[in-house]
Parts: sequence; C-alpha cells; structure tokens
Amino acid sequence: MDMKNDSIVKVNGLVKKFPIGSAGYFTALKGIDLTISEGEFTGLVGPSGSGKTTFLNIVGTLDKPTHGQVRVLNKNVENLIPAQAAQLRKEEMGFIFQSFNLLPVYTVFENVEFPLLLLNIHSDERKKRVMESLEWLGLTSKVNSRPAQLSGGECQRVAIARAMVKRPKLVLADEPTANLDAENSHNILKTMVKLNKELNTCFVFATHDEKVIGYLRRIIHLEDGSIAQDTRVQNPDSQQEK
Amino acid sequence: MLKTRECRILILNKKNKFMKLLKLVYRNLVGNGLKTWLNVFVLSLSFVLIIFMQALLQGWDRQAMRDTVKWEIADGQYWSSKYDPFDPFMLDSAATPFPQQLNNDFETGQIEPVLILSGTIYPSGRSMSVMMKGIRPEQKLLELPTHLLKNDDDSTDIPAIIGTGMSHQSGLKENDVVTLRWRDVNGTFEAQDIRIVGVFKTFVPAVDIGQIWLPLETLQHMTLNPDKATILIKSKEVAQASIEGWNFKDVNELTKTLKETLRSKMIGQSIFYIIFLLLALLAIFDTQTLAIFNRQREIGTLVALGMTKKEVMSLFTLEGTLNAVLAVILGAIYGVPLFIYYAVNGIPMPSSSGDFGLAIADKIYPAFPPKLIIGTIVFIILITALVSYLPARKIAKMKSTDAIRGKIQ
Repeated sequence: MDMKNDSIVKVNGLVKKFPIGSAGYFTALKGIDLTISEGEFTGLVGPSGSGKTTFLNIVGTLDKPTHGQVRVLNKNVENLIPAQAAQLRKEEMGFIFQSFNLLPVYTVFENVEFPLLLLNIHSDERKKRVMESLEWLGLTSKVNSRPAQLSGGECQRVAIARAMVKRPKLVLADEPTANLDAENSHNILKTMVKLNKELNTCFVFATHDEKVIGYLRRIIHLEDGSIAQDTRVQNPDSQQEK
Repeated sequence: MLKTRECRILILNKKNKFMKLLKLVYRNLVGNGLKTWLNVFVLSLSFVLIIFMQALLQGWDRQAMRDTVKWEIADGQYWSSKYDPFDPFMLDSAATPFPQQLNNDFETGQIEPVLILSGTIYPSGRSMSVMMKGIRPEQKLLELPTHLLKNDDDSTDIPAIIGTGMSHQSGLKENDVVTLRWRDVNGTFEAQDIRIVGVFKTFVPAVDIGQIWLPLETLQHMTLNPDKATILIKSKEVAQASIEGWNFKDVNELTKTLKETLRSKMIGQSIFYIIFLLLALLAIFDTQTLAIFNRQREIGTLVALGMTKKEVMSLFTLEGTLNAVLAVILGAIYGVPLFIYYAVNGIPMPSSSGDFGLAIADKIYPAFPPKLIIGTIVFIILITALVSYLPARKIAKMKSTDAIRGKIQ
C-alpha cells in the first residue's frame, strides 16, 4: 500500500452498513477515501446521521468496516483480532467522549492513571505522568475529587488528561463540547490546540458544534455517508486567539 | 532455554495482568462503598452460619459417636446368630451358650456377655414392657455404673439400675421397688420385686429408654439361662475372632444407623443455611446484573481505553468473587471469637432434646476441623465466582460502540 510515512489514518473505499431489522441495511458510510496525517487538528463535520461517529468508531477500532481498507497507525483495522485492536487502542489512541465517560468510583487521579495502569507502567512513573497531565489541564487541585464532585468542564478536562496521559499519536473526540457551555467549550478547545501543537498529537473530531469548527485546521464535511467537502483552513480561530 | 524464558515471560505477563485486574477490582469495590459492604456483610453472615451449623452437627456427631462407643459398643460386639434387635418375638430364644474359646478373655474382663430378654414392670399399678439386660457388675468395658449392682446388703430384692430417661418414663427413682415379671426358658411366667439401686445419666438412649440393667448371673438364674448370653462386648485389647454361632459387628456397623440418622438430620438442617446462602448469592447476582446494566457506559469506556471484553468480563467476575474474599475476612473478625467461645463453653441443649431418640448431651461442643472451614470457604468462593460470572457473560455480547453511549436496553 502506498502510504506516506506521516499518515496516521488512511482510508480507502470505506463502507459501513448496519442491518435494519430483517428488511435490509442502512448504509452509514458510502465509500470514504481519506488520509489524516500526523499532527493534524481535523474535524468531521455534518448533521446527525451523516456518519461522523461511525467513522470515528471504525478508526478507533471499536467497530469494523463492511467494505474497504482502513489503516490506522500502520495497522489494517479490518484484519485486527479483538486483542490486537485493544492493544492498539491501549498504546496509541486516546478517546474523548461527549458524556466524558469517567469512571465514577475513581478519583480524578485514578481516572487519569487508568490508561497507564493498563500499560503496566511503574507506579512512580505513573504518578509523574498523571501529575504532568493534570498540570497541563489545570486540575492539580482536584486530584482527589470524584467525577460527581466536578463541573462538566472539569470532567471534560479530566477526560482530556486521561486521553493525553499516555501521549498517544491519535486522539479521537466525539462531540467533546456537546455537554459544555460556551466558556468551557472554548477553554477545552484551546487546551486541545495547545496539546496538539506541543505534543504533535493528531486530533480527529466528530462535531457539528460551530465553536469546535472554528478551531479546526481541516474540516471534512460529511453528508449522508459521503465526503461532501474537505477544506484546509489557513487561519482558524484557534490560531488567531493564540 | 529460549522456551523456558518465553514461559517465564508468559507467566509474568499473566501475573501482571491478574495483579492489574486485582488493583482495579479493589478500587471498584472500595469506590462502591456501602453497597459493597452490605453484600460483604450478608455473605459473611452465611459463611459464619454455615460453618457454625456444620460445626455444631459435627460436634454433635462426634459426641454421639463417642458416647455410643463408651456406653454401648466398646470395641465391637459378637451377636448371637439368632439375635435380631428388630424382632422382639425372637429375643427370648436368642440366648446362646457362652463360647468356650472366649473363657480366658471373659475371666480377664476383656469380653463382657450381656443377656437380653423381655419383661414387664408394674410401676404405679400400670404395666410397662421393658428390656432386661444382664451384665456383670464388675465389668469395665462400658461406662454403665454396674458396680451398683453388687448386692452387698441382705436385701432379697434384685438390684437394678436404670437411666434417667427410663426413670422419667416409668416414674421410678432410686430405692424404688417395682415388680418385674418375665418368662423363663420354659415359658413359665415368674415375678419378683426389683430395687432400683441407681439411676445413671447417659446421652445414649439405646442403654436407657425401656432398659433395666440387672446382674448377669441373677438374670441367667431367673430365666433358667445359665451361662448364656445374647451379645458379647469386646475390648480393644483382644483380637476379633471367628466364633461359631456368633457374628461379629464392628463399631462402624454398629453405628451405621446412628450415622444415617445424623446425616438425615444434617440434610434437614442444611436446607436452612442453603436458603440463607442463596439469599446472599442472590444479592451478589442482583448486584452484578444491575452493575452490568448500569455500568455499560463504564464497560464501553474500559474497552475504548484498551481492555478486551474478556478482560472486562474477568474484571466483573473478579469483582463479584472478591466480595466473598472480603466476606471471609469480615466473617473471621467476628466469627472466630464466636467459634472459640462456643467450642470452649459448648451450646446448652434443651432438656427435651433427648426426645429426638438420638444421643444428645446437655451441651454440644461444636467441632471446627480445618477441612470444614477451608471446604466451606472454597465452596462459597467458587459459588460466588460462578454467580458473578453468569451475568458478566453478557459483556461479551455487548456492542462497545453502544455501550459507550449507554444505549443498550
């Protein structure tokens, strides 16, 4: 396969169909061709049902394509067995969800530490990296708090810290600002832009939030399961605000 | 060499994975707070109760066996081949001449003949069938206080001893005189007064209820059965021998009915604590099933963070199982002092407990053999693991993408 060295995601002819009862299928993705490179700050934009989340799920190895090739971090997703897919997610990917998806009985520290525990990293190193992540996100005062004691914005910052703590090459964020107010949304997005720049982490968003779109350097418009437009933005809001 | 190294790495990886799961499980359990401790407490109660009930039954079993051996069986018995304890009509004809080959053992007190015949007493003007048992007053093989049967005074009454159960049944007390009627070997009815020279306390109904113990020679003389016996009690000092006309019954055979009765009582008692255990397991099952439904978003998140569904299943199963481990620890904290107290002081039994028809002492001392404790712990942990695993299997069928959004119904 012809692939640039810096490409993180390369998709050829991706089709995803979901069965609907016994009648037939709903086609969520209709032959997507796309390459996402290292360090990109990209968003899949479109209305509900356009296939944004489905695309993210397949790239995140949480779902399998019906047809087509999906190569993520030099691994063909369609051929991965569950353990290999889990390994890829564990080592190379970070996820940020709309509803934060923090583990409710864990403290902030434990939530952020969790991915490092799965990687069997030594406790001293874990502690160092968790504190570093919490510092980036300005959460050092909330170390021992539980998610129920935090605001929505703080929860999403914890989720970002958890996604970033293992320094992944790829972060997939599904509607990360949908449950946040405008101020928190901007704060979160600025943090992600900063992390993207400092750590060269590739961010891929699925969103229809105008605030997020304003920060993207590449906007891929999805409509009815196909790419309608793929635009590179020279001076996004995020750059200007910086 | 390479294979050994690979094996070692594999084992280390497995160990690391398990330790990692254990750490996560611990955090989840501690994080669940009161819910965890309620489950653990209920489970610990069933641990303690099961062990205690089993220990009580084992203690009772041991005590009953020990008493039966001491009071009735010694090291086994030779039964006259005509003797059938379940056929009262044949009882009188079961008396058999004492075998010559055991004369030496008889003289040294290593074999004690017992003559068993039927009779009737008339306490307070009513008739009551009894089993007359003749035994040598100087015997040492059984705990029976037969020395009281030595007729040292000039009384013409036949001395007799009875147990407290028989005393209660017949209303006879020490020094009471009662008429005893019997038939001799020719079928002729005879009657004479007997004097109760002693009332002994025993927990073995077989030597008490409906029994009157008389001096062997007197009974032989009364019934015209000289040198005859129905059973021969053996001391452990003498070896078992094959004797014509006599069948040897060892301790196991003689306690078979007792053991079966105890076993059936154990099964009856078990129902009580099985119900209790089921309640505890239901609480675990319910918690697990609810947890898997309520925590589907968490399950999806764990998968997204890099755990396989199999690992998440193990996590939930281990979480449920660890409830049992914590229950063992909690149960030990309050259970062990309780066990020690009762093992030392015993449990008083109600005075009517003898009506069971079984050997029940005033106090039963529960027995806590390690096999019982370890067996119960392992059994409950395994059952809890199974109960935790069953709902966890649902995780394998979950769609991670739906689970993350909490969309599974």
